[in-house]
Amino acid sequence: MTSTTAAPVAPKRRAKRQESGSYSTPHNRKDLGTALAFIAPAALGFVVFFLIPTIRGFYFSLTQYNLLGSEKFIGFANFQKLFGDPLFYNSLWVTVEYVVLNIAFQTVIAIGLAVLMHRLTQSTILRGALLLPWLISNVIAAMIWFWLLDYQIGLINMFLEWIHLPKVTFFGGDATAIPTIAFVNVWRHMGYTALLVFAGLQTIPTYVYEAASLDGSSEWSSFWRITMPLLRPVLAMVLVMTVTGSFQIFDTVSVTTRGGPVNATRVIQYYIYQKGFAEGQFGYASALSVILFLILAIVAFVQMRLLRADESDLA
Amino acid sequence: MSQLTLAGRRRSLPWGKIAAWTAMIFFLILTIFPFLWMIRTAFSTTRSLASDPGSLLPVDFTWGAFQRVLGLSTVEQSVAEGGSGASVNFWLYLRNSLVYSTAVTIGQVVFCSMAAYAFARLRWPGRDAVFGLFLTALLVPPIFTSLPNFVLIKNMGLLNTFPGLILPTFFMTPFAVFFMRQFFLGINREIEESAAIDGAGKWRTFFQIVVPMSSAPIATLSILTFIGTWNDYFWPLLVGSDDNVRVLTVALGVFRSQTPQGSPDWAGLMAATLVAALPVLILFFAAGKKVINSIGYSGMK
Repeated sequence: MTSTTAAPVAPKRRAKRQESGSYSTPHNRKDLGTALAFIAPAALGFVVFFLIPTIRGFYFSLTQYNLLGSEKFIGFANFQKLFGDPLFYNSLWVTVEYVVLNIAFQTVIAIGLAVLMHRLTQSTILRGALLLPWLISNVIAAMIWFWLLDYQIGLINMFLEWIHLPKVTFFGGDATAIPTIAFVNVWRHMGYTALLVFAGLQTIPTYVYEAASLDGSSEWSSFWRITMPLLRPVLAMVLVMTVTGSFQIFDTVSVTTRGGPVNATRVIQYYIYQKGFAEGQFGYASALSVILFLILAIVAFVQMRLLRADESDLA
Repeated sequence: MSQLTLAGRRRSLPWGKIAAWTAMIFFLILTIFPFLWMIRTAFSTTRSLASDPGSLLPVDFTWGAFQRVLGLSTVEQSVAEGGSGASVNFWLYLRNSLVYSTAVTIGQVVFCSMAAYAFARLRWPGRDAVFGLFLTALLVPPIFTSLPNFVLIKNMGLLNTFPGLILPTFFMTPFAVFFMRQFFLGINREIEESAAIDGAGKWRTFFQIVVPMSSAPIATLSILTFIGTWNDYFWPLLVGSDDNVRVLTVALGVFRSQTPQGSPDWAGLMAATLVAALPVLILFFAAGKKVINSIGYSGMK
């Protein structure tokens, strides 16, 4: 409705614009000066704080650097050391454990909530309420649950005691710390993720459901045979986003367990932070972050391929 | 619209509907209750909390916890109520958070809107290639650029200063450019063309016609950027640990690590948490609909 209606007004210019890739003709250069002025600040920010740091990040991973003095080039020594570092493997394992728990629960709950919102009510207030935890920071969410799940006088343990169940150490236990942190972040993100899925649900035309209903399809089978397949591209995007974010878990760990008990919650970003800033092994921390970068790129690529994110089944 | 067409099916499944509402209410309670518990605790006296841990109302109601975290009570007063007696001043951290979030929001929204307009509407060689390059920044995880950016800020001598906090996200984020560009692409071209016929240059067209027309997406982007920056923790933790630039998220972490292990000052912690959450919650209650309606879109980067 936007560009096509403009055709009668300036037919000549329109035709020119549509041959994409012909930007080098003199006619298309006429905005160059203005354009350069318009993108200058953003381009400066991009080059100084995104592009050069990305290149330097790879370079630092090949150096020995303690943040004082200057860095010393040491080739792939950091990576050699890394592949023999049990704490590195531990951090990977702990992170994957977290990601799996976090994503599995978050995605299932979000789909459920989105379908409920879609079918039960169009209330904006209700959607707003479910979005509340996403508005506050990870740090605040962590503090609230740190209190609710306290071993001594936290409400949840008081309740467990009241119904004669044993108390749970939650953040303090070897086996419970990662599931607890995963739970806190599911709590914070479930409403947000549900709204993303909900937006996807709204793109499914109602006539598909009407037709299914006429053919006697139940709510349950409509969900599996219509909703889920048609939601696939949206779900794929949501999953790529949430999985990538989930791998970078840091805030919650940093204000609650700080990697403990022992190494139970030393997730990869926390390990990078400790190496780089507490132990002064900045080169080694950079090597770790290169590995994290590669893992994220591979995971995102595999997800896009498996879920065929760029194709829709809706003809 | 879907209600009408589904009505027939619903009538045959009353139990399904009851189960669905039960699930919905369960999740609503799970979402809301922790906030109520935070408020209830913030108005309690820490020393009395242990005696009545299950009460739904504040135990031994007091404003003491707020006075404690806002630096308004004496050491004796705060110790009497179960505080650590360490001096904390959340007013200062509140100010720091406001400066950090406001500056980043203004810079990002202005510069990204201008760049987005150049990508959406102006004609210049290499436009699409440059835009593609900008978008690749979306693929780089923030931690990866944070390490070299820390070195850069440190070498510039800007550690523990506001410019050090603000600069990396002041000029652009790929998401903000993408978000505004999508909107500009959808504006009716005729309006700009008639402005051009009337002799308005590109600058005037942008600032006097396009920007006022785009107040809705600009407001949405501002709110999302403000909330995102307000909640930021990792970057301020790296470059802004000093008191004079410490933001609320970092301050909360410090406060929590200073509170005694055996008997934490829970009321103080929850009061501090509430202070940190309040501005964003107020913003949400004022402009909530905009945020909610933008989520579906903003997520689909």
